[in-house]
Amino acid sequence: MKKVWIPLTYLVFIVLLIIPILKIFTGSWAEGWSGFIEALTRKQSLHALMMTGIIVVVVTVLNTIFGVMLALYLVRATWLGQRIKNLLNSLVDLPYAVSPVIGGLMIVLILGPSTALGAFFEDIGFKIVYALPGMILATLFVTFPLMVREVMPVLQEIGAQQEEAASTLGAYSWYTFWHVTWPSIRWGVIYGVVLTVARSLGEFGAVLVVSGNIMNKTQTATTLVYQDVENFNVVAANGVALVLAAFSVGLLLLMEWAKKRKEVH
Amino acid sequence: MHIEVRGLNKQFGDFHAVRDVGFEIAKGHLIGLLGPSGGGKTSILRMLAGLESPTSGDIIFHGKRVNDLPPQERGIGFVFQNYALFKHMTVFDNVAFGLKVKKQSKDQIRDRVMQLIELTGLKGFEHRYPHQLSGGQRQRVAFARALAPEPQLLLLDEPFAAIDAKIRTELRTWLKEMIERVGITSIFVTHDQDEAIEVADEIMIINKGRLEQKGSPWDIYKNPQTQFVASFIGESTMVEQVERLRGFEEAANWPGTQALIRPEYIEIGKRHEFRIPSATVQGRVKHLHFRGSEWMVEVEVGDIKLITYRSLEKDVLQPGEEVHVLIHRAYLFNDNDTWIMENKLKEDPMPVHI
Repeated sequence: MKKVWIPLTYLVFIVLLIIPILKIFTGSWAEGWSGFIEALTRKQSLHALMMTGIIVVVVTVLNTIFGVMLALYLVRATWLGQRIKNLLNSLVDLPYAVSPVIGGLMIVLILGPSTALGAFFEDIGFKIVYALPGMILATLFVTFPLMVREVMPVLQEIGAQQEEAASTLGAYSWYTFWHVTWPSIRWGVIYGVVLTVARSLGEFGAVLVVSGNIMNKTQTATTLVYQDVENFNVVAANGVALVLAAFSVGLLLLMEWAKKRKEVH
Repeated sequence: MHIEVRGLNKQFGDFHAVRDVGFEIAKGHLIGLLGPSGGGKTSILRMLAGLESPTSGDIIFHGKRVNDLPPQERGIGFVFQNYALFKHMTVFDNVAFGLKVKKQSKDQIRDRVMQLIELTGLKGFEHRYPHQLSGGQRQRVAFARALAPEPQLLLLDEPFAAIDAKIRTELRTWLKEMIERVGITSIFVTHDQDEAIEVADEIMIINKGRLEQKGSPWDIYKNPQTQFVASFIGESTMVEQVERLRGFEEAANWPGTQALIRPEYIEIGKRHEFRIPSATVQGRVKHLHFRGSEWMVEVEVGDIKLITYRSLEKDVLQPGEEVHVLIHRAYLFNDNDTWIMENKLKEDPMPVHI
């Protein structure tokens, strides 16, 4: 049996992972160095990469702050009833269960130009759907559970006693958070950040629905790849894809390192 | 710090953890909260610290009601059961934490921390992390950390529970000495009666959320006021029908009365070992257990089984041997009352006056 299964495992690994990466690599160099450079320096490429960059940074910052806060409340808050905590705790997982496309659709249905809320925001000059805020919102929706789910178990494991000890020593919550809680959860947070960055880099469905995929306006790197493929512009698609893939590999290495530190600490 | 607690109650949902507890503690005293696990001792301690808020009742420090003060402002030190040391900080930084919060100068902090590290015998360990220390050392760090900001009241939650038996006795003496030297009012929680008796100036016995009795260890041993206290402090054997023992026939006047008899209330031996043999009853040795420094003897009087100790200096008894048993006194209780009854036969039937 071994003689069959081991080669089969390698085969699946090669077909699923190695060959596609090699193909992206060779595909983006099909027209040589200049073709690759041109694919990336097109106006729409630069704009799409910038949009992706903005979304990644904003989403990661917001998700880190609110994710850590929600995790703290869900684990520590005594003023929240146990039932409310349980309800919130299961709601956190909603984006895992709901398809990103449907997540995006929900945002369009609530905040789209034809709805009351959307019209109100548009009136005051703040366009949400088919603009950057909506794309950020959609990506936030998709990445929301990542930080909470990384930090909560760490908080549960360390327990409240060190924080209580700090309070009997005269420290208030802000001081206690930075000097006592943060050093214990920071590797969990870093791990959560890496996951959030990776997920928002690669998000496609939710962003596609919310953005409308307008070139040079609301197009991100992933939706640009999609459009290039549609237009049979394979070299350009491979070029942008290679950039995304390179980032992902870098993140993966960072994640391995963070994971090791998390376990050690 | 003088502490007063009045009508303290704490409910966790349907569970009534602390019921109507009230007491006063004089400045500088070392108090042991003693009782079985889950009896509400830790809840009382946490309410004193401000980590838990009472459902009703008043907590008064120095004549000032502190119920609404957060733990940060109560001037207390708290030693947690598992020490709760900051595990990413060295011993020095752990002890310095409370001083840094108060924004004292670097030199002041350094002096105070080094003084405490010396006091607690941790010199040379100040750059170690908690996971590099033994249980006893961690406890000393927790103690030094709690003392650093010069609290008025020190609260210790099961301070010796996580330490192995041999070092525990050593640490007990050390802690008592240390608290006496610092002169700070202290309250510690324990479920171990030896610990409470050995360390505390005064003991409060807590059972099922109620304060059963408060007093010096000797007082509580001598005059237990409830059945629970009598059975919890010291060793004892329960006797259902005490009126069947000679010298305690009067107990029949109170129907439904039971008795607790401590091993040290009972003497056994050969007839010639007693001054008033007429006060003794016949018994039979059932089992003998060697306890290292004495014999523990199970003896049967009629069908009543009693437990007592016998010195190794005296003749060795054999299982099955007939012996004389003298019961000095018994602790009697029924549903309404508790009292101590002396053996009536011990009063010499033929006193000789000179």
